[in-house]
Amino acid sequence: MKDSINKIVLAGCLSPLLLIASCGSDNDTAVVVTPPVVVTPTPVNYSYQVSITNLTYAQPMSPIAVVLHNEGQLWELGEMASVALENLAESGDNSMVMALDMVLAGQSGADVLMPGATELIDVTLTDTMPMMLSLATMLVNTNDAFTGINAMEITNLAIGESISLRTSSYDAGTEKNSEMMSTIPGPADGGEGYNATRDDVDFISMHAGVISVDDGLSTSILTQAHRFDNPTLAISITRTE
Amino acid sequence: MKIQTIISALVLAGTSVASQAQQLDITITNLTQGIYYTPLLISAHNSEMSLFKTGEMASTELQMMAEGGDISGLSGLLTTASADIIENPAAGLLAPSMSITTQLDTTDGNMYLSIVSMMLPTNDGFIGLNAWSIPTEAGTYTMTLSAYDAGTEANDEMITGGGAPGVAGIPAAPGGDAGVDGTGVTTSEGNSTIHIHRGSLGDDDLTGGKSDLDNTVHRWLNPVARVTVIVN
Repeated sequence: MKDSINKIVLAGCLSPLLLIASCGSDNDTAVVVTPPVVVTPTPVNYSYQVSITNLTYAQPMSPIAVVLHNEGQLWELGEMASVALENLAESGDNSMVMALDMVLAGQSGADVLMPGATELIDVTLTDTMPMMLSLATMLVNTNDAFTGINAMEITNLAIGESISLRTSSYDAGTEKNSEMMSTIPGPADGGEGYNATRDDVDFISMHAGVISVDDGLSTSILTQAHRFDNPTLAISITRTE
Repeated sequence: MKIQTIISALVLAGTSVASQAQQLDITITNLTQGIYYTPLLISAHNSEMSLFKTGEMASTELQMMAEGGDISGLSGLLTTASADIIENPAAGLLAPSMSITTQLDTTDGNMYLSIVSMMLPTNDGFIGLNAWSIPTEAGTYTMTLSAYDAGTEANDEMITGGGAPGVAGIPAAPGGDAGVDGTGVTTSEGNSTIHIHRGSLGDDDLTGGKSDLDNTVHRWLNPVARVTVIVN
Protein backbone atom coordinates (compact mmCIF):
# COMPACT_ATOMS: atom_id res chain seq x y z
CA MET A 1 0.00 0.00 0.00
CA LYS A 2 2.70 2.42 1.01
CA ASP A 3 4.65 1.41 -2.04
CA SER A 4 1.88 2.20 -4.39
CA ILE A 5 1.28 5.63 -2.86
CA ASN A 6 4.96 6.42 -3.28
CA LYS A 7 4.78 5.35 -6.86
CA ILE A 8 1.86 7.61 -7.55
CA VAL A 9 3.64 10.59 -6.00
CA LEU A 10 6.77 9.80 -7.94
CA ALA A 11 4.81 9.45 -11.12
CA GLY A 12 3.21 12.79 -10.42
CA CYS A 13 6.60 14.43 -10.03
CA LEU A 14 8.03 12.93 -13.13
CA SER A 15 5.16 13.64 -15.41
CA PRO A 16 3.69 16.87 -16.72
CA LEU A 17 5.59 20.06 -16.19
CA LEU A 18 2.39 21.42 -14.85
CA LEU A 19 3.00 19.57 -11.63
CA ILE A 20 6.51 20.70 -11.01
CA ALA A 21 5.20 23.61 -9.02
CA SER A 22 3.55 21.40 -6.50
CA CYS A 23 6.26 18.82 -6.26
CA GLY A 24 8.82 19.78 -3.73
CA SER A 25 6.95 22.97 -2.99
CA ASP A 26 5.83 23.93 0.46
CA ASN A 27 3.16 26.19 -0.86
CA ASP A 28 0.01 25.24 1.01
CA THR A 29 -2.29 26.55 -1.61
CA ALA A 30 -0.92 24.44 -4.41
CA VAL A 31 -3.50 22.23 -5.96
CA VAL A 32 -2.34 18.68 -6.35
CA VAL A 33 -3.51 17.36 -9.64
CA THR A 34 -3.44 13.64 -9.75
CA PRO A 35 -2.53 12.43 -13.19
CA PRO A 36 -4.72 9.74 -14.63
CA VAL A 37 -3.27 6.41 -13.67
CA VAL A 38 -3.70 3.94 -16.45
CA VAL A 39 -4.45 0.60 -14.86
CA THR A 40 -3.61 -2.37 -16.99
CA PRO A 41 -5.43 -5.19 -15.24
CA THR A 42 -3.23 -8.14 -14.57
CA PRO A 43 -5.05 -11.29 -15.65
CA VAL A 44 -6.17 -13.18 -12.59
CA ASN A 45 -5.63 -16.90 -12.83
CA TYR A 46 -7.60 -19.45 -10.89
CA SER A 47 -5.46 -22.55 -10.99
CA TYR A 48 -6.04 -25.98 -9.58
CA GLN A 49 -3.76 -28.95 -9.36
CA VAL A 50 -5.57 -32.26 -9.35
CA SER A 51 -3.73 -35.33 -8.13
CA ILE A 52 -5.28 -38.62 -9.21
CA THR A 53 -4.21 -42.06 -8.07
CA ASN A 54 -5.56 -45.21 -9.68
CA LEU A 55 -6.48 -47.51 -6.78
CA THR A 56 -7.41 -50.58 -8.81
CA TYR A 57 -5.49 -53.78 -9.40
CA ALA A 58 -5.77 -54.02 -13.18
CA GLN A 59 -8.10 -51.35 -14.49
CA PRO A 60 -6.14 -48.70 -16.39
CA MET A 61 -7.98 -45.37 -16.50
CA SER A 62 -8.44 -43.65 -19.85
CA PRO A 63 -6.91 -40.15 -20.19
CA ILE A 64 -8.61 -38.21 -17.45
CA ALA A 65 -10.79 -35.23 -18.29
CA VAL A 66 -10.69 -32.40 -15.75
CA VAL A 67 -13.05 -29.50 -16.43
CA LEU A 68 -14.02 -26.27 -14.69
CA HIS A 69 -17.54 -24.98 -15.10
CA ASN A 70 -20.22 -22.78 -13.57
CA GLU A 71 -23.27 -24.74 -14.60
CA GLY A 72 -24.34 -28.18 -15.68
CA GLN A 73 -22.96 -31.56 -14.71
CA LEU A 74 -21.35 -34.51 -16.48
CA TRP A 75 -23.98 -37.02 -15.43
CA GLU A 76 -26.99 -37.60 -13.23
CA LEU A 77 -27.73 -40.89 -11.51
CA GLY A 78 -30.89 -42.46 -12.85
CA GLU A 79 -30.81 -40.40 -16.04
CA MET A 80 -29.58 -41.28 -19.53
CA ALA A 81 -25.92 -40.68 -20.26
CA SER A 82 -25.11 -37.86 -22.69
CA VAL A 83 -23.50 -38.93 -25.96
CA ALA A 84 -20.30 -37.27 -24.74
CA LEU A 85 -20.26 -39.36 -21.59
CA GLU A 86 -21.25 -42.48 -23.53
CA ASN A 87 -18.18 -41.94 -25.72
CA LEU A 88 -15.94 -41.59 -22.71
CA ALA A 89 -17.43 -44.55 -20.85
CA GLU A 90 -17.40 -46.94 -23.81
CA SER A 91 -14.16 -45.98 -25.56
CA GLY A 92 -12.17 -43.82 -23.14
CA ASP A 93 -12.25 -40.90 -25.60
CA ASN A 94 -12.67 -37.74 -23.53
CA SER A 95 -12.69 -35.25 -26.42
CA MET A 96 -16.45 -34.75 -26.49
CA VAL A 97 -16.59 -34.21 -22.74
CA MET A 98 -13.78 -31.65 -22.98
CA ALA A 99 -15.71 -29.88 -25.73
CA LEU A 100 -19.03 -29.60 -23.90
CA ASP A 101 -20.56 -26.12 -23.99
CA MET A 102 -20.51 -25.82 -20.23
CA VAL A 103 -16.73 -26.27 -20.03
CA LEU A 104 -14.92 -23.00 -19.24
CA ALA A 105 -11.48 -24.59 -19.03
CA GLY A 106 -10.34 -28.14 -19.27
CA GLN A 107 -7.26 -30.29 -19.25
CA SER A 108 -6.82 -33.87 -20.32
CA GLY A 109 -4.46 -36.30 -18.69
CA ALA A 110 -1.36 -37.01 -20.76
CA ASP A 111 -2.02 -40.69 -21.20
CA VAL A 112 -3.73 -43.72 -19.73
CA LEU A 113 -3.31 -43.79 -15.94
CA MET A 114 -2.09 -47.22 -14.99
CA PRO A 115 -3.06 -49.05 -11.79
CA GLY A 116 -1.05 -47.77 -8.88
CA ALA A 117 0.08 -44.70 -10.79
CA THR A 118 -0.51 -41.06 -9.84
CA GLU A 119 -0.86 -38.17 -12.23
CA LEU A 120 -0.93 -34.43 -11.57
CA ILE A 121 -3.18 -32.40 -13.85
CA ASP A 122 -3.14 -28.59 -13.74
CA VAL A 123 -6.10 -26.63 -14.96
CA THR A 124 -6.45 -22.85 -15.03
CA LEU A 125 -9.29 -20.46 -15.70
CA THR A 126 -8.47 -16.80 -16.25
CA ASP A 127 -10.45 -13.89 -14.82
CA THR A 128 -13.47 -15.81 -13.58
CA MET A 129 -13.49 -17.90 -10.48
CA PRO A 130 -14.97 -21.26 -11.47
CA MET A 131 -17.73 -22.61 -9.27
CA MET A 132 -17.42 -26.29 -10.05
CA LEU A 133 -14.94 -28.96 -11.01
CA SER A 134 -15.76 -32.23 -12.73
CA LEU A 135 -13.58 -35.17 -13.67
CA ALA A 136 -14.24 -38.32 -15.65
CA THR A 137 -12.35 -41.38 -16.82
CA MET A 138 -13.17 -44.86 -18.08
CA LEU A 139 -12.14 -48.11 -16.44
CA VAL A 140 -10.90 -49.42 -19.75
CA ASN A 141 -11.17 -53.15 -19.04
CA THR A 142 -14.95 -52.88 -18.82
CA ASN A 143 -17.83 -52.39 -21.21
CA ASP A 144 -18.91 -48.95 -19.98
CA ALA A 145 -17.71 -48.27 -16.45
CA PHE A 146 -16.49 -44.83 -15.50
CA THR A 147 -15.54 -42.96 -12.39
CA GLY A 148 -15.00 -39.35 -11.47
CA ILE A 149 -16.31 -36.25 -9.79
CA ASN A 150 -19.57 -34.65 -10.80
CA ALA A 151 -19.97 -30.87 -10.46
CA MET A 152 -18.22 -30.49 -7.14
CA GLU A 153 -18.40 -27.02 -5.57
CA ILE A 154 -14.94 -25.44 -5.38
CA THR A 155 -15.97 -21.81 -4.85
CA ASN A 156 -14.82 -21.74 -1.25
CA LEU A 157 -11.43 -23.26 -1.92
CA ALA A 158 -8.74 -20.74 -0.91
CA ILE A 159 -5.25 -20.67 -2.39
CA GLY A 160 -3.23 -23.49 -0.87
CA GLU A 161 -6.28 -25.36 0.34
CA SER A 162 -7.07 -28.90 -0.74
CA ILE A 163 -10.02 -31.22 -0.96
CA SER A 164 -9.33 -34.95 -0.85
CA LEU A 165 -11.81 -37.62 -1.73
CA ARG A 166 -12.22 -41.10 -3.16
CA THR A 167 -14.54 -41.97 -5.97
CA SER A 168 -16.87 -44.87 -6.67
CA SER A 169 -17.50 -46.29 -10.12
CA TYR A 170 -20.59 -45.92 -12.24
CA ASP A 171 -22.18 -47.81 -15.08
CA ALA A 172 -23.15 -45.61 -18.02
CA GLY A 173 -25.98 -48.03 -18.80
CA THR A 174 -25.36 -47.64 -22.53
CA GLU A 175 -23.66 -50.96 -23.27
CA LYS A 176 -24.56 -54.29 -21.77
CA ASN A 177 -21.88 -55.68 -19.50
CA SER A 178 -21.34 -58.76 -21.64
CA GLU A 179 -17.59 -58.75 -20.97
CA MET A 180 -17.41 -60.64 -24.26
CA MET A 181 -14.43 -60.69 -26.54
CA SER A 182 -14.19 -57.67 -28.87
CA THR A 183 -16.51 -55.51 -26.73
CA ILE A 184 -13.90 -54.07 -24.37
CA PRO A 185 -11.37 -51.47 -25.57
CA GLY A 186 -8.77 -51.97 -22.82
CA PRO A 187 -5.67 -54.16 -23.00
CA ALA A 188 -7.58 -57.17 -21.65
CA ASP A 189 -9.35 -57.37 -25.00
CA GLY A 190 -8.46 -54.65 -27.47
CA GLY A 191 -12.04 -54.72 -28.69
CA GLU A 192 -14.61 -52.17 -29.71
CA GLY A 193 -14.94 -48.82 -28.02
CA TYR A 194 -17.86 -46.56 -28.80
CA ASN A 195 -20.98 -47.92 -30.39
CA ALA A 196 -24.02 -45.68 -30.85
CA THR A 197 -26.40 -48.54 -30.08
CA ARG A 198 -27.66 -48.51 -26.53
CA ASP A 199 -28.45 -52.08 -25.56
CA ASP A 200 -28.51 -51.76 -21.78
CA VAL A 201 -30.81 -50.14 -19.20
CA ASP A 202 -29.98 -46.64 -20.51
CA PHE A 203 -29.69 -44.98 -17.14
CA ILE A 204 -26.65 -44.28 -15.00
CA SER A 205 -26.23 -46.29 -11.80
CA MET A 206 -23.50 -47.46 -9.52
CA HIS A 207 -21.43 -50.18 -11.20
CA ALA A 208 -21.86 -53.72 -9.90
CA GLY A 209 -18.28 -54.68 -10.74
CA VAL A 210 -17.07 -57.10 -13.38
CA ILE A 211 -17.87 -60.80 -13.12
CA SER A 212 -14.96 -62.34 -15.07
CA VAL A 213 -14.53 -65.83 -16.47
CA ASP A 214 -13.08 -66.92 -13.15
CA ASP A 215 -16.18 -65.97 -11.20
CA GLY A 216 -18.93 -67.50 -13.24
CA LEU A 217 -19.32 -65.68 -16.54
CA SER A 218 -18.06 -68.27 -18.98
CA THR A 219 -18.18 -65.96 -22.01
CA SER A 220 -16.16 -63.21 -20.32
CA ILE A 221 -12.81 -62.14 -21.75
CA LEU A 222 -11.94 -60.72 -18.33
CA THR A 223 -10.20 -62.64 -15.55
CA GLN A 224 -10.24 -62.39 -11.79
CA ALA A 225 -7.54 -59.75 -12.12
CA HIS A 226 -9.93 -57.25 -13.67
CA ARG A 227 -12.40 -57.25 -10.82
CA PHE A 228 -12.56 -54.06 -8.77
CA ASP A 229 -14.29 -52.69 -5.73
CA ASN A 230 -15.02 -49.16 -4.61
CA PRO A 231 -13.29 -46.78 -4.28
CA THR A 232 -11.36 -46.71 -7.56
CA LEU A 233 -9.63 -43.31 -7.51
CA ALA A 234 -8.02 -41.21 -4.78
CA ILE A 235 -8.18 -37.56 -5.71
CA SER A 236 -6.81 -34.41 -4.17
CA ILE A 237 -7.67 -30.97 -5.55
CA THR A 238 -5.45 -28.07 -4.52
CA ARG A 239 -6.02 -24.48 -5.52
CA THR A 240 -2.57 -23.25 -6.46
CA GLU A 241 -3.31 -19.72 -7.69
CA MET B 1 -31.80 -18.44 -0.40
CA LYS B 2 -28.39 -18.97 1.13
CA ILE B 3 -28.97 -16.10 3.52
CA GLN B 4 -32.29 -17.57 4.50
CA THR B 5 -30.64 -20.86 5.25
CA ILE B 6 -28.06 -19.19 7.41
CA ILE B 7 -30.68 -17.20 9.25
CA SER B 8 -32.82 -20.20 9.93
CA ALA B 9 -29.74 -22.06 11.09
CA LEU B 10 -28.99 -19.26 13.49
CA VAL B 11 -32.54 -19.22 14.74
CA LEU B 12 -32.45 -22.92 15.33
CA ALA B 13 -29.06 -22.81 16.96
CA GLY B 14 -30.16 -20.00 19.19
CA THR B 15 -33.45 -21.37 20.34
CA SER B 16 -33.38 -25.11 20.03
CA VAL B 17 -32.98 -27.62 22.71
CA ALA B 18 -31.85 -30.94 21.34
CA SER B 19 -35.25 -32.55 21.58
CA GLN B 20 -37.31 -30.12 19.57
CA ALA B 21 -39.65 -31.13 16.78
CA GLN B 22 -38.28 -30.85 13.26
CA GLN B 23 -39.50 -30.97 9.70
CA LEU B 24 -37.41 -33.13 7.39
CA ASP B 25 -37.50 -33.57 3.62
CA ILE B 26 -36.06 -37.00 2.94
CA THR B 27 -34.98 -38.32 -0.46
CA ILE B 28 -33.93 -41.93 -0.93
CA THR B 29 -32.27 -43.01 -4.19
CA ASN B 30 -31.72 -46.57 -5.34
CA LEU B 31 -28.16 -46.48 -6.75
CA THR B 32 -28.14 -50.00 -8.16
CA GLN B 33 -28.69 -51.11 -11.73
CA GLY B 34 -30.75 -54.19 -10.99
CA ILE B 35 -31.97 -54.39 -7.38
CA TYR B 36 -35.46 -53.38 -6.20
CA TYR B 37 -36.28 -52.06 -2.73
CA THR B 38 -39.42 -53.28 -0.98
CA PRO B 39 -41.69 -50.78 0.84
CA LEU B 40 -39.45 -48.44 2.81
CA LEU B 41 -39.87 -47.80 6.50
CA ILE B 42 -38.70 -44.35 7.60
CA SER B 43 -38.83 -43.34 11.23
CA ALA B 44 -37.65 -40.77 13.73
CA HIS B 45 -37.34 -42.23 17.18
CA ASN B 46 -35.77 -41.75 20.58
CA SER B 47 -32.33 -42.79 21.74
CA GLU B 48 -33.63 -46.01 23.28
CA MET B 49 -34.90 -47.40 19.97
CA SER B 50 -32.79 -49.25 17.42
CA LEU B 51 -34.01 -51.25 14.44
CA PHE B 52 -30.80 -53.21 14.07
CA LYS B 53 -27.25 -53.41 15.34
CA THR B 54 -24.41 -54.82 13.27
CA GLY B 55 -22.72 -57.71 15.02
CA GLU B 56 -25.89 -58.65 16.85
CA MET B 57 -28.69 -61.01 15.91
CA ALA B 58 -31.69 -59.58 14.10
CA SER B 59 -35.01 -59.24 15.89
CA THR B 60 -37.92 -61.30 14.56
CA GLU B 61 -39.40 -58.04 13.29
CA LEU B 62 -36.24 -57.17 11.34
CA GLN B 63 -36.16 -60.71 9.98
CA MET B 64 -39.71 -60.25 8.66
CA MET B 65 -38.58 -57.14 6.80
CA ALA B 66 -35.27 -58.58 5.52
CA GLU B 67 -36.63 -61.93 4.33
CA GLY B 68 -40.02 -60.88 3.04
CA GLY B 69 -40.25 -57.10 2.90
CA ASP B 70 -42.87 -57.08 5.67
CA ILE B 71 -42.40 -53.86 7.68
CA SER B 72 -45.46 -54.29 9.92
CA GLY B 73 -43.47 -55.82 12.77
CA LEU B 74 -40.87 -53.05 12.90
CA SER B 75 -43.60 -50.46 12.46
CA GLY B 76 -45.39 -51.90 15.48
CA LEU B 77 -42.24 -51.66 17.59
CA LEU B 78 -41.78 -48.06 16.51
CA THR B 79 -45.39 -47.18 17.28
CA THR B 80 -44.97 -48.56 20.78
CA ALA B 81 -41.91 -46.35 21.16
CA SER B 82 -43.92 -43.26 20.06
CA ALA B 83 -41.81 -42.86 16.93
CA ASP B 84 -42.78 -40.77 13.92
CA ILE B 85 -43.26 -43.17 11.03
CA ILE B 86 -43.63 -43.11 7.26
CA GLU B 87 -44.49 -46.46 5.70
CA ASN B 88 -44.10 -47.27 2.04
CA PRO B 89 -43.57 -43.74 0.61
CA ALA B 90 -42.89 -45.14 -2.87
CA ALA B 91 -46.27 -46.92 -2.84
CA GLY B 92 -44.61 -50.21 -3.66
CA LEU B 93 -41.17 -51.09 -4.94
CA LEU B 94 -38.43 -48.53 -5.46
CA ALA B 95 -36.98 -49.63 -8.79
CA PRO B 96 -33.30 -49.35 -9.79
CA SER B 97 -32.15 -45.72 -10.14
CA MET B 98 -35.45 -44.35 -8.85
CA SER B 99 -35.85 -41.81 -6.06
CA ILE B 100 -38.61 -41.06 -3.60
CA THR B 101 -39.00 -37.85 -1.62
CA THR B 102 -41.19 -37.59 1.44
CA GLN B 103 -41.63 -35.31 4.42
CA LEU B 104 -41.26 -36.40 8.01
CA ASP B 105 -42.38 -34.23 10.90
CA THR B 106 -40.69 -35.31 14.06
CA THR B 107 -42.02 -34.82 17.56
CA ASP B 108 -40.09 -33.84 20.66
CA GLY B 109 -37.56 -36.42 21.68
CA ASN B 110 -37.50 -38.31 18.38
CA MET B 111 -34.01 -37.23 17.43
CA TYR B 112 -32.80 -40.28 15.51
CA LEU B 113 -33.57 -41.26 11.94
CA SER B 114 -33.72 -44.87 10.76
CA ILE B 115 -34.55 -46.25 7.32
CA VAL B 116 -34.83 -49.89 6.23
CA SER B 117 -35.96 -51.81 3.17
CA MET B 118 -35.38 -55.30 1.81
CA MET B 119 -33.34 -55.74 -1.35
CA LEU B 120 -34.91 -57.91 -4.05
CA PRO B 121 -33.85 -60.37 -5.26
CA THR B 122 -31.86 -61.40 -2.19
CA ASN B 123 -32.54 -63.90 0.59
CA ASP B 124 -32.22 -61.49 3.50
CA GLY B 125 -30.36 -58.47 2.25
CA PHE B 126 -31.52 -55.01 3.24
CA ILE B 127 -30.50 -51.38 3.10
CA GLY B 128 -30.25 -49.66 6.41
CA LEU B 129 -29.70 -46.32 8.06
CA ASN B 130 -29.47 -46.94 11.76
CA ALA B 131 -30.32 -44.25 14.33
CA TRP B 132 -28.67 -41.33 12.55
CA SER B 133 -28.56 -38.36 14.88
CA ILE B 134 -30.69 -35.69 13.22
CA PRO B 135 -28.76 -32.40 13.15
CA THR B 136 -30.41 -29.44 14.82
CA GLU B 137 -28.84 -27.07 12.33
CA ALA B 138 -30.85 -26.43 9.18
CA GLY B 139 -29.18 -27.62 6.02
CA THR B 140 -28.86 -30.43 3.50
CA TYR B 141 -27.19 -33.61 4.61
CA THR B 142 -26.27 -36.44 2.21
CA MET B 143 -25.13 -39.93 3.06
CA THR B 144 -24.83 -43.27 1.31
CA LEU B 145 -25.99 -46.63 2.60
CA SER B 146 -24.42 -50.06 2.41
CA ALA B 147 -26.17 -53.38 1.91
CA TYR B 148 -26.56 -55.54 5.01
CA ASP B 149 -27.28 -59.21 5.50
CA ALA B 150 -29.70 -59.96 8.32
CA GLY B 151 -27.92 -63.24 9.02
CA THR B 152 -31.22 -65.04 9.38
CA GLU B 153 -31.37 -67.06 6.15
CA ALA B 154 -28.93 -68.99 3.99
CA ASN B 155 -28.14 -67.12 0.79
CA ASP B 156 -29.23 -69.97 -1.47
CA GLU B 157 -30.22 -67.51 -4.24
CA MET B 158 -33.22 -69.63 -5.17
CA ILE B 159 -36.38 -67.83 -6.30
CA THR B 160 -38.96 -69.88 -4.44
CA GLY B 161 -41.48 -67.31 -3.28
CA GLY B 162 -40.35 -67.92 0.27
CA GLY B 163 -40.70 -64.63 2.11
CA ALA B 164 -41.89 -65.64 5.57
CA PRO B 165 -39.33 -65.78 8.36
CA GLY B 166 -37.61 -69.13 8.41
CA VAL B 167 -38.76 -70.13 4.92
CA ALA B 168 -35.83 -70.61 2.58
CA GLY B 169 -35.52 -68.87 -0.74
CA ILE B 170 -36.07 -65.47 -2.32
CA PRO B 171 -39.65 -64.16 -2.59
CA ALA B 172 -39.34 -62.74 -6.10
CA ALA B 173 -37.18 -61.07 -8.72
CA PRO B 174 -39.30 -58.02 -9.58
CA GLY B 175 -37.37 -57.30 -12.77
CA GLY B 176 -38.51 -60.64 -14.19
CA ASP B 177 -34.91 -61.30 -15.08
CA ALA B 178 -33.98 -64.24 -12.86
CA GLY B 179 -33.48 -67.85 -13.81
CA VAL B 180 -34.98 -71.11 -12.59
CA ASP B 181 -33.87 -74.54 -11.44
CA GLY B 182 -30.70 -73.50 -9.68
CA THR B 183 -29.34 -76.08 -7.28
CA GLY B 184 -28.69 -73.53 -4.55
CA VAL B 185 -25.53 -71.62 -3.69
CA THR B 186 -25.44 -72.67 -0.04
CA THR B 187 -27.72 -74.19 2.57
CA SER B 188 -26.14 -72.65 5.62
CA GLU B 189 -25.80 -69.21 7.14
CA GLY B 190 -22.56 -69.26 9.04
CA ASN B 191 -22.83 -65.74 10.40
CA SER B 192 -26.10 -65.26 12.23
CA THR B 193 -25.41 -61.64 13.17
CA ILE B 194 -26.23 -58.62 11.06
CA HIS B 195 -23.26 -57.95 8.80
CA ILE B 196 -22.27 -56.22 5.59
CA HIS B 197 -23.69 -58.30 2.76
CA ARG B 198 -21.00 -60.13 0.82
CA GLY B 199 -22.96 -59.62 -2.37
CA SER B 200 -24.82 -62.11 -4.49
CA LEU B 201 -22.99 -64.66 -6.60
CA GLY B 202 -25.40 -65.36 -9.44
CA ASP B 203 -24.42 -67.38 -12.46
CA ASP B 204 -24.67 -67.31 -16.24
CA ASP B 205 -27.16 -70.16 -16.54
CA LEU B 206 -30.79 -69.08 -16.35
CA THR B 207 -32.09 -72.63 -16.42
CA GLY B 208 -29.72 -74.28 -14.00
CA GLY B 209 -26.43 -73.67 -12.29
CA LYS B 210 -26.12 -72.92 -8.62
CA SER B 211 -28.05 -69.68 -8.53
CA ASP B 212 -31.31 -68.39 -9.94
CA LEU B 213 -29.78 -64.94 -10.04
CA ASP B 214 -28.08 -63.50 -13.14
CA ASN B 215 -24.51 -62.55 -12.36
CA THR B 216 -24.60 -59.69 -14.87
CA VAL B 217 -27.78 -58.20 -13.39
CA HIS B 218 -28.17 -59.01 -9.70
CA ARG B 219 -24.76 -58.22 -8.28
CA TRP B 220 -23.89 -54.90 -6.70
CA LEU B 221 -21.08 -52.98 -5.04
CA ASN B 222 -21.58 -50.60 -2.15
CA PRO B 223 -22.93 -48.03 -1.76
CA VAL B 224 -26.40 -49.11 -2.84
CA ALA B 225 -28.55 -46.17 -1.74
CA ARG B 226 -28.25 -42.46 -1.18
CA VAL B 227 -30.19 -40.57 1.46
CA THR B 228 -30.51 -36.80 1.40
CA VAL B 229 -32.07 -35.12 4.41
CA ILE B 230 -33.03 -31.47 4.35
CA VAL B 231 -33.45 -30.16 7.88
CA ASN B 232 -35.83 -27.22 7.56
